[in-house]
Amino acid sequence: MSGKSTSVEVRLPSRLGYEKVAMSTAASVAKLMGFREDRIEDLKTAIAEACINAIEHGNKLNEGLQVGVLMNAGEDALEIKVIDDGSGIKARPHKPDIDKKIHGEEDPRGMGMFLIQALVDEAEWVAGSNGKSSYVRLVVRLDPPTQ
Amino acid sequence: MQTDTKSKIDQITSPAGEPVSVLRFEGDIASTSKDAVLGTYQTLPKATVKNILLDFTKVDYINSSGIALVIQLLIEASNAGQKVLAYGLSAHFTKVFTMVGITKYAGLFPDQSAALAAL
Repeated sequence: MSGKSTSVEVRLPSRLGYEKVAMSTAASVAKLMGFREDRIEDLKTAIAEACINAIEHGNKLNEGLQVGVLMNAGEDALEIKVIDDGSGIKARPHKPDIDKKIHGEEDPRGMGMFLIQALVDEAEWVAGSNGKSSYVRLVVRLDPPTQ
Repeated sequence: MQTDTKSKIDQITSPAGEPVSVLRFEGDIASTSKDAVLGTYQTLPKATVKNILLDFTKVDYINSSGIALVIQLLIEASNAGQKVLAYGLSAHFTKVFTMVGITKYAGLFPDQSAALAAL
């Protein structure tokens, strides 16, 4: 990202359902930045899945822990970090195999990371150096202006 | 915080005269929706119900846990030899369902009449 940026921070309780607070905040920021409606929908699903992972797997549904959502709106992109108190996700996103799922050879769940990676321009999962404060970093870029 | 999922079943007839069960969902479809999605589906007698439509017209939010419930429904329907079609998804969730491959086991249609015509 280049140039001037604006930051917005949201802190969520580790309770399922509160990912919607991050979704609506990110949608508002993205709208202010001028993102198209379909990109905002992509972003909402990606940030929801990132928050759900942080709540369920990072903070293990411990309501005493919070999920931090840091949004950095630049001139040409929106960067979002979703931070939890877990040790980080070691698995890498993989494309779900619907045939294996239907035939019971793959868990019907486990699509969150795939959706995140598929719906944003950049996604990286970073383990905290002290075994805590791990985060997923998402970037969605604005379309270049048409001539 | 997570809103409840409401669901109900309507019995209708296809243009070809076949009985069709329509599962109509309303609200969010997430991890808390197991009873509304799978529980409601499981009230349908597998021996006699062979055509099922999933109506997502009044669903605003579906997350990966909710998609997993839909896949579990499709697993049971596949094992029972039932045909399942879905309609009423937003453009975004049509894209998401397509990305995860659900369209291979449940055709997606814009509305009920288009889904019925495809049975």
